[in-house]
Amino acid sequence: MLAPERTWWKPMGRLEKTWLTVALVWCIFLTIMMPLWYFMGKQNVPTETYRTTPQQYAATVNDFVAKYQVGEENGIPIVAAPPGSDVYLRASAWQWYPILQLEKGKQYRLHVSSMDFAHGFSLQPVNINLEVLPGYDYVATITPTTTGEFTIVCNEYCFLGHHTMVGKIIVE
Amino acid sequence: MTALSPTFPWAKDAKDDYRACPVTTLKVDMHTERLIIANAVMAVVCLTLGGIAALLIALTRWQAIHLLDATWFYRLLTLHGIDMLVAWIVFFEMAGLHFGSTVLLNARHAAPKLAWLGFILMTVGGLMANFVVLFDTSSIVTFTAYVPMKAHPLFYLSYILFAVGALIAVITFFVNIVVAKREARFEGSMPLVVFGLMTAAILATYTLLQGAAAIVPAFFWSLGLMDLDPGIYRNFFWGFGHPAQQVNLAAMVAIWYALAQMTVGIRPLNEKFSRLAFILYLFFINLGSAHHLLVDPGLSFGWKAVNTSYAMYLAVLGSMMHAFSIPAAMEVALRAKGFRKGLFGWLRNGPWNEPGFGALVTSMILFGWVGGVTGVTIGTEQINMLAHNTLRLPGHFHATVVGGTTTAFMGFTYYVIPLIFRKELKLKKWAVWQPYVFGFGTLLVSLGMITSGLQGVSRRNWDISFAGVVPGTVDLTLAIFGIGALIAVTGGIMYITVVLTSILTGPRLEASNMLLVAGTNNPLLESTQLTDHQLEDKQNQPRGTLVLVFAFLVWFAVYYLTNWWLLGRTWFIR
Repeated sequence: MLAPERTWWKPMGRLEKTWLTVALVWCIFLTIMMPLWYFMGKQNVPTETYRTTPQQYAATVNDFVAKYQVGEENGIPIVAAPPGSDVYLRASAWQWYPILQLEKGKQYRLHVSSMDFAHGFSLQPVNINLEVLPGYDYVATITPTTTGEFTIVCNEYCFLGHHTMVGKIIVE
Repeated sequence: MTALSPTFPWAKDAKDDYRACPVTTLKVDMHTERLIIANAVMAVVCLTLGGIAALLIALTRWQAIHLLDATWFYRLLTLHGIDMLVAWIVFFEMAGLHFGSTVLLNARHAAPKLAWLGFILMTVGGLMANFVVLFDTSSIVTFTAYVPMKAHPLFYLSYILFAVGALIAVITFFVNIVVAKREARFEGSMPLVVFGLMTAAILATYTLLQGAAAIVPAFFWSLGLMDLDPGIYRNFFWGFGHPAQQVNLAAMVAIWYALAQMTVGIRPLNEKFSRLAFILYLFFINLGSAHHLLVDPGLSFGWKAVNTSYAMYLAVLGSMMHAFSIPAAMEVALRAKGFRKGLFGWLRNGPWNEPGFGALVTSMILFGWVGGVTGVTIGTEQINMLAHNTLRLPGHFHATVVGGTTTAFMGFTYYVIPLIFRKELKLKKWAVWQPYVFGFGTLLVSLGMITSGLQGVSRRNWDISFAGVVPGTVDLTLAIFGIGALIAVTGGIMYITVVLTSILTGPRLEASNMLLVAGTNNPLLESTQLTDHQLEDKQNQPRGTLVLVFAFLVWFAVYYLTNWWLLGRTWFIR
């Protein structure tokens, strides 16, 4: 709170220098971890994205459902596409459509886009979370490593019925 | 005893309207005094509104109680975000800027009319936002009103009014400094606290312009006059939303230095070191906007990695520098007073019963050990996939903005009451306990949120039991969050009671003491007597602080690396 003396540009003390060096090394380590994991890790944030429109994407999802539907639950189709193929998920207030059926250890190209607001793809209890926006076809290349029924919770607020927006992925 | 003001006692100069503060020996410009009072009152009003909302939404997320219905939950959540994250903090910061640019420089307020215009616009904007959210259901869009979810046009207009008001107030800060320099009101460089506030003001200017770039188009979009891309809007929105929190950070650190000087009588050990840390904020912190976009479609790894790491965690480096320099200065000042026993004798002998000291320590611990560590971790590009939009997010920022910024501001208020309001601080016992109660509650809130989020519980969600996958332990962690909220709200009520009782009762009284409780000495003026010789004395070196910051680093590394381990256990994704 006091104006310093005229010359305050002074060399740092020994302890200041020590801490500054250690902190800087830590910051460099933090920086390196991200590219390291990008090249070595098996869990990376998807970046593949295409422009789309809600109409166009809805049509793609409908074609996909018509082609691979294997069942139905509470009026929502269950869809099983062959491993390695493109699978489509549509988010709208307040529904995830359709229910996807996948095989453990097989790779899929999971597309996700929104028909209206921003939504949040939150796969539980796996705990993978992605943002879903209208106009963007977001492609995640995923390989399920566990089996069971997984819930997709919407975790981006999408107006008053937000909490009711729950979907499902089945892995066998 | 050396006075803070180099010219104290000065000859009364007819041009200015000021009074001499007998405790700090500083000139208090009367315009500034009234502006500080007005801004502080509005800040406390907004804190009260936001606090009521906080209690009700916390009691709703506490699954066992689940108080509100869905619509009221989302409505009050929106209100809570606006009143706390924007209104309370920004009003308080404006009071701080008026104070820093005049009183601390022995200067006059050069543009009081402009400052009042800013205050009025902020008040109108803030009240309007509350009104719109309470009475218009379509405007229940939460604090992050992402396009294309459309609120009422008045919702966006209220943001614009508030932001323009704040920008005007920030401009008067710069005007004051230029005028003070020109009129030679202070000699040499400006004090470190003003330097910190200036960092906040520069960041605020950028933030508010960026806010205009986001909200003004949203306003026209809500009127149907233009189109907006949801992805690009999010980028612009966070160009405003994240730097806004960095303004809080810079202002809070400036307040930390002030509180440390007022309660312990520190002299910054190395002005260069501390100022460089502020400069690092200035250059790198705004890149952090990318934190919110890490799992968005359409962005490349390179863009996200560079931005989310503030180029190379250089803003984090700034915070780690302050994390050393402030406790180190406290250690040296206390050692110089004779508390030299062992590594931590100085700490044991700190003025723990002084509200400003309690608030300072609580604020630093919660900000760094909880908020900082969790923030850097979830702001890591890949780890963000585990955390995005889960309760870990609010868990992090309740530690920084509530535990850190709000606790520090509350502690500072206790000194504003005698020095600026010129009222005796009442309920002193309450003021002593308040930072600890509030801090402990906030700690539980953060831990409850973070541990719930680790189990996948989403934020901004009225009822997670719909998902049907929630493990039973979530009931426990959400209860910790709820109990923490009750304790924190108790701390908030204590604060508001102390403030209102003090300013509404009793006569106007010139302050006579720097310390409120812990003694009759004046650490602020004592700090001017710390000699270079004392700072350099081997006995006074901050060895205890070095141990503390190394312990911090170990905890940081453990938490950070554990999260990579957690990430490695989940599904393969690319």
